[in-house]
Amino acid sequence: MESEDPIIQVSNLNKSFGENHVLRDFTLSLSKGENLVILGKSGSGKSVLIKCIIRLIEPDSGEIIVLGQDISDLDQDEMDQLRANVGFLFQSNALYDSMTVRQNLEFPLRRHWTKEERAEKAESAVIQALEDVGLGHTIDMMPIELSGGMRKRIALARTLILRPKIILYDEPTTGLDPITAREISDLMNSIQKKYNTAAIIISHDLNCIRMTGNRIIMLIEGRNYAEGTMDELMKNEDPKVKDFFE
Amino acid sequence: MGLERKIDQPFFKEVGEISRFTARFFREVTKPKQEWDEFINQCYWIGYKALTLVSITAFIMGLVLTIQSRPTLVEFGAAALLPSMVSVSLVREISPVITALICAGKIGSGIGAELGSMRVTEQIDAMEVSGTNPFKYLVVTRVLAATVMVPILSSLAIGISLYGGYLGTNIRGEVSWTLYVYQAYDALSYGDFLPSIIKTIFFGFAIGIVGCYKGYTSQKGTEGVGRSATTAVIVASLLVFILDLIAVQVVDILGLT
Repeated sequence: MESEDPIIQVSNLNKSFGENHVLRDFTLSLSKGENLVILGKSGSGKSVLIKCIIRLIEPDSGEIIVLGQDISDLDQDEMDQLRANVGFLFQSNALYDSMTVRQNLEFPLRRHWTKEERAEKAESAVIQALEDVGLGHTIDMMPIELSGGMRKRIALARTLILRPKIILYDEPTTGLDPITAREISDLMNSIQKKYNTAAIIISHDLNCIRMTGNRIIMLIEGRNYAEGTMDELMKNEDPKVKDFFE
Repeated sequence: MGLERKIDQPFFKEVGEISRFTARFFREVTKPKQEWDEFINQCYWIGYKALTLVSITAFIMGLVLTIQSRPTLVEFGAAALLPSMVSVSLVREISPVITALICAGKIGSGIGAELGSMRVTEQIDAMEVSGTNPFKYLVVTRVLAATVMVPILSSLAIGISLYGGYLGTNIRGEVSWTLYVYQAYDALSYGDFLPSIIKTIFFGFAIGIVGCYKGYTSQKGTEGVGRSATTAVIVASLLVFILDLIAVQVVDILGLT
């Protein structure tokens, strides 16, 4: 892990849905090459947090700086350019079910590569991304033909195709069997090593957190309630923190 | 407080939201870099999906209208006017409206369900985070395709329904194709064709925009997808009738009849 200026800095973030205050003055920073886990109960606002970071959801107040740019200052075009550097793995995978695996992976290229670049390099980029996740043979298959674990890998390959500097994982192992979940966690680690990406991982799968997380933030009542390594948090005597690990 | 409560009514909210959605369509459609490949793809699918149903319905409409009108005209000794009467009815009103209603059912529900499903499975969000503008890719292409294809389908329906009318005329009498066509087209003018085509452009736009709005803003999982598809058909069908009423009034005021 390298210690440089944070590549994501979230300060005093607030987000409410009606009377429900999901995030209250939430603050975090992510360094280059770091895997930061956000741990919290279902409905605690973990997914809302990373959707605010990629501006799928507009926060009520607060500051989000990604790769040195305050995202609230960016127009649509600038935000789209920034998004090329921030991959997002959805909990549901969000594969385009009317497209083949190849078309799924090529889709993000249409905005960021020229037609000539796509004609020249798209094929090799798709093959490389599929090989990174060990599923080269699925290139012409439809998402419906794939198992849950394979779909997760394909979704990860689609995230990787633009070589992002940061990856946001939303519950990457939820709904998978323990063996597949471990394979996905291994894959996340190998991707981080290979491409030196940083990641924010939303999860409550303790095995996944143990395998992938360098640092953990506990999101409780919308706040950054506790922070540390897995071992540090497991020794924490606060009852709300202990609840997670017992 | 009273006004606030009134504005809070779901109907007014819906009207406001759909107006904003339509305004966004016009903003996006005027920006450069349109998704022409997807537009062509949607034209193909919209035309292909509705073609068989529109053709069969148009044929039956022409046939039935002729068969049912004949006894009344015979009673008044005006059987010779059958091709003229049928052609004016089919061109001005029946073919455009029935085609639009079929498209509202077939295309409107299809778009509503497809986009609704993409919304609830986060596929639209995935497009957005990949830097692609999902509104332009999904909505603009489908609305434009519906706006182009419904008039084409309606024109086709007019031709097929007139052929149905010809067969209907020949069931109880004998009229040559040449005479039928002469009588049918003699009764028609540009004032019949032009408003008919123009109103189907509006019908197509309404079907596309309602289907896309309902799907794009779908919520509440699979239940929401079903609701999007159903309400897309209901609202689009209602809009077809409202637009038809407006079109009739405009044509009447302009003296095109």
